[in-house]
Amino acid sequence: MKKVLILACTVVFAAAAFGSDSTRVKSSSTGTVKRDEAPITLPKGFKSVVVASGLGKARHLTVAANGDIFVKLEKLKDGKGIIKLHDANGDGKADEITGFGNYTGTGIAIKNGYLYASNDNDVFRYKIDEKTGKVDTASEQKIVTGLLAQNQHNTKSLTLDNAGNIYVNIGAPSNCCQVQDRVKGSPGQDPCPILEKAGGIWQFKADKLNQSYAEGVRYATGLRNVVGLDWNTEVNQLYCMQHGRDQLFQFFPELFNQKQGAENPAEEMFRLTKGADCGWPYCYYDNDKQQKLLCPEYGGDRQKVDRCADKTKSIVQFPGHLAPNALLFYTGNQFPAKYKNGAFIAFHGSWNRAPEPQAGFFVVFVPFKDGMPSGKWEVFADGFSQLPKDATTGRAKYRPTGLAQGPDGSLYVSDDNNGTIWKVSYSK
Amino acid sequence: MKRIGLIIIVLVIASAFVTQQTKPQPGGLKAAVTRGKAVYEATCLACHQPDGLGVQSMNPPLSKTKWVLGDKKALIKIVLKGLQGGEIDIDGDKFHNPMPPQESTLSDQEIADVLTYIRNSFGNKASLVAVGEVKAMRAQLK
Repeated sequence: MKKVLILACTVVFAAAAFGSDSTRVKSSSTGTVKRDEAPITLPKGFKSVVVASGLGKARHLTVAANGDIFVKLEKLKDGKGIIKLHDANGDGKADEITGFGNYTGTGIAIKNGYLYASNDNDVFRYKIDEKTGKVDTASEQKIVTGLLAQNQHNTKSLTLDNAGNIYVNIGAPSNCCQVQDRVKGSPGQDPCPILEKAGGIWQFKADKLNQSYAEGVRYATGLRNVVGLDWNTEVNQLYCMQHGRDQLFQFFPELFNQKQGAENPAEEMFRLTKGADCGWPYCYYDNDKQQKLLCPEYGGDRQKVDRCADKTKSIVQFPGHLAPNALLFYTGNQFPAKYKNGAFIAFHGSWNRAPEPQAGFFVVFVPFKDGMPSGKWEVFADGFSQLPKDATTGRAKYRPTGLAQGPDGSLYVSDDNNGTIWKVSYSK
Repeated sequence: MKRIGLIIIVLVIASAFVTQQTKPQPGGLKAAVTRGKAVYEATCLACHQPDGLGVQSMNPPLSKTKWVLGDKKALIKIVLKGLQGGEIDIDGDKFHNPMPPQESTLSDQEIADVLTYIRNSFGNKASLVAVGEVKAMRAQLK
């Protein structure tokens, strides 16, 4: 079970040659060259290469000091839930694809000689030699166990600080804590009982076995669902991206028209201190009114602030329903200076904007100074959906889900629609 | 003669009305699909999307799946009583969002219409759902 599966290199080469994401085209000077068919748009000076494709539901990813990439899968591929990508010749493309771990999930991270990975209930870790990328799969330990997972918002993302702690999001299995979830007219439960075991980020020890709620600390609450979170090492604080609630237009057409329902509520970035309460399910951030307001399920009318006045305020707001699935503070030196310590966010793309055009499916950048945003967010990588702008029909081809930084300062992006991994680098 | 003509007209209209009442769907398939489309847009589209293909890992597709094209009773029950989320598995892909029960928001006619619509849209082709079938299932679940 824990044995590393070595897939034949020939499979990789065959996939590279015949896979749907790349083809061979004739070039007059060099004969046959490989052309990347999963191009994404990037700012001037940046380029991308497809590391691997066809991995399926590739969620978060992390890169070891030697450059080996570890990808967590939400659907097993050849029976494996963690895929290791090794680039032997330095062209950015994976030459060896191997796997281990027989469980599906989202979270993955490397810290202090251990590779951490989650399924929807538990967090595991393995010893890793970062110089060689070798993982001792027999060293598997269960660090956290028994976390709530009830279908909706069940993925467990994770990040670690420099003081021996691991942070795990536990998403609320609900849209807005209604008595009957997602039923029009059903009132919000008050207080919301879900918050006891979900709807927040829990802190555990990174090296203690079998911890559950009793051993953990509810570090932050009032967060409906977080997929992207990161420990900012510059200011030593936890940051996260919340997925805002759905269906404001469908449930409250008297308060939100179709367009307002698509734009609201904001997808929010929070800077968290221990004990933070970000307001879910009672509050939402109204992008039109530019403030945190009381949810209509709790008597809100797009004017009332009420109990939301003393909730933790977000530091960046984005248009509604874009689904931020990864957050990464860039600490590398490869990219131009403006990117240093700034935040990259991978937006999975929307669904609850229909019948308005869907949006997202991109990676954005937010410049930071001293742990706070120092400018407006901008689109960094785009073109993942391959849909015409403002299309109301059609399906996104790629959906950004994970971000990781390589040892040389390159940025990696994963897609969980096809399982494509891009490496983004910069040169003057 | 005139009177007989009138009686015949009245009889024809009456019999047409009676036939209409006993038909599984008033106005037939085409009218049911048209009415069902309106119900779909108001109630279902937000999650199942304009193309009926749903949302990856969240809301299941309605296209070419046994859940829609198979047992009508099971399909009617899902609409009336909803799902917790996670029950639908299509080729190993699970769908995690709950399906809200519609028993208090949609009438038997609306459910028959919208199911007739989805069974004949998004590349699907299947028999219509009659009001009586919805009525029977609602009574059975009481």
